[in-house]
Amino acid sequence: MSQNTAIVPNNQLVKGNHDFASITKLISDIPQERTPLWWYIAFGISNIVMAVMLAMIAWLIWEGVGVWGLNNPVGWAWDITNFVWWVGIGHAGTLISAILFLFRQGWRTAINRFAESMTIFAVMCAGLFPAIHVGRIWAIYWIFPLPNSMQLWPNFNSPLLWDVFAVFTYLIVSTLFWYVGLIPDLATMRDKVKGTISRLLYGTFALGWTGGNRQWQNYEKSYMILAGLSTPLVLSVHTIVSFDFAVSIIPGWHTTIFPPYFVAGAVFSGFAMVLSLMIITRKLYKLEDIMTVDHIEKMNIIILVTGTIVGFAYAIEFFIAWYGGVEYEKFAFVNRAFGPYAWAYWIMITCNVVSPQFFWVKKFRRNVALTFILSIVINIGMWFERFVIVVTSLAQDFLPSSWGYFSPTYVDVLTYIGTFGLFFTFFLLFLRFLPMVAISEVKGVLPQANPAYYRSNNGKSKTTE
Amino acid sequence: MRSNSNQYGVLAEFANPADLMDAASAVNKAGYKHFDTYSPFPIHGMDDAMGLKESKLGWIVLIHGIIGLLGGIALQVWSMDIAYPLHISGKPYLNFPAFVPVGFAIVILLSAFGAFFGLFALNKLPRLHNPLFNSDRIAKATDDGFFICIEATDPVYSEEKSTAFLKEAGAIHTEIIPK
Repeated sequence: MSQNTAIVPNNQLVKGNHDFASITKLISDIPQERTPLWWYIAFGISNIVMAVMLAMIAWLIWEGVGVWGLNNPVGWAWDITNFVWWVGIGHAGTLISAILFLFRQGWRTAINRFAESMTIFAVMCAGLFPAIHVGRIWAIYWIFPLPNSMQLWPNFNSPLLWDVFAVFTYLIVSTLFWYVGLIPDLATMRDKVKGTISRLLYGTFALGWTGGNRQWQNYEKSYMILAGLSTPLVLSVHTIVSFDFAVSIIPGWHTTIFPPYFVAGAVFSGFAMVLSLMIITRKLYKLEDIMTVDHIEKMNIIILVTGTIVGFAYAIEFFIAWYGGVEYEKFAFVNRAFGPYAWAYWIMITCNVVSPQFFWVKKFRRNVALTFILSIVINIGMWFERFVIVVTSLAQDFLPSSWGYFSPTYVDVLTYIGTFGLFFTFFLLFLRFLPMVAISEVKGVLPQANPAYYRSNNGKSKTTE
Repeated sequence: MRSNSNQYGVLAEFANPADLMDAASAVNKAGYKHFDTYSPFPIHGMDDAMGLKESKLGWIVLIHGIIGLLGGIALQVWSMDIAYPLHISGKPYLNFPAFVPVGFAIVILLSAFGAFFGLFALNKLPRLHNPLFNSDRIAKATDDGFFICIEATDPVYSEEKSTAFLKEAGAIHTEIIPK
């Protein structure tokens, strides 16, 4: 072989010298160990925070939506901001589990279970806000096409109703996809745990999975179809969320760029959230062999790409506001950047456009501490993006005499903080009781999983010779 | 054949995915039909080695998707145009562009149900008891073990011959599983 050619080895997906059994042990031991002290502390805090949220919601239902800071021009504020933010976070989970699966990205196996769980819990937090913001929650069933005594049906012309269908479908399909992925690992847990009750519970939810190839065949087909269905679904969900705004005629909302811009923003914030959670978890549970720095780097590249799309969308919005020649539109954007909410706008720009620029440098992409800090900064920025979109357009619209300013009340703030309690309560339960890494999928990407690994040149297996 | 009536089949363990695949191929060529290979993860190329036909799941999902599409359109057309036509800001009753998002969501939802419940139907799950679990070793199939089980219901099955055949094919351990 001449000197100017060389074989470039594939980057190892799993670090350390792991075989199948050690992967099983690494993951399935976690739910069997004694519950660590930090878990009880974190779970206790999450429960208290969730209780605060429940109290705030009870107060809201008792007293009415007036306990929030909403006023006459600003009828949507933190509720819808939080809704869009949480749904957006959920999107990264589906992107990792479905879209990266279709693109045959083997590295997703280390984080997909984790990210899918995050999706489900984030969508639960998201769905809460539209449900409680309706005012008369006892009439919430009117959003479903159910026969009722007034013989009325929901208005299928309304993007708000499209949203109901999109978010419910998203929650259900994400949960089904997550559960299908869990079944082989629940069977592993069933075969590993010692206690009778835990064996019975894992066994029940594993549904009698044997790992037979006749089962795997249908399983792989089902997994691929669910990935194929989730991919257009996840893109459509945030598209429809953006229709809540784009289909209206409010200046600053009525733009055709919203669907791709919202989807990119969703993936951007979701990856940041996955990173925040993953960096803590891999440390606490010593999973650095599986969730490697290579994973962090790849995710940072996606953050850089989607962050750049978001920054580009901000610029295009401004350009179109000027180029479109509509006075109100022009005002809405100048007002965003230099009006009463300029502070929110510039926080958004700093967090979303400036901060990801660090990731052009490989050293920063592979720096765990910096990634952790930036992942939180990005999520703050993305919250402000939604706040800027929702509130600035409403606060100053066509008629100056009706202009207003929104300030949140303690109920707004505590309800939002409370959703973190809800999220982490479920997330900690997931970490404690379920295999947090897709065991069978990680084994499937080990080089030993491929029969070709064992074969010498004559095509026979080494051990049968 | 009498002696087989209390047997579920013969279980053979293999050292690695490659041995398992070679053995599955040999078992298939020997004319066995009622057998399966067990592994902790799906092995690429095993379907062909075992001579399995393509999974039928795609068709199940397609049928569900079509039902979802027709049902989604029917729901919206019926409620907006037939059951209670309501004039909403000058829009036509049959506003088909506005029916796309909900129709799409229902197609995805029904197809996902098809993929989910179809998977269990085809795999005959959930199942409360499986004689396969009478073996102590089969638990390794969800960890790091690779197995073939030839079932006693197979017309070609015979306790001695099938066991010898699997040993020949490279099994590192064989056992008869009672029913």
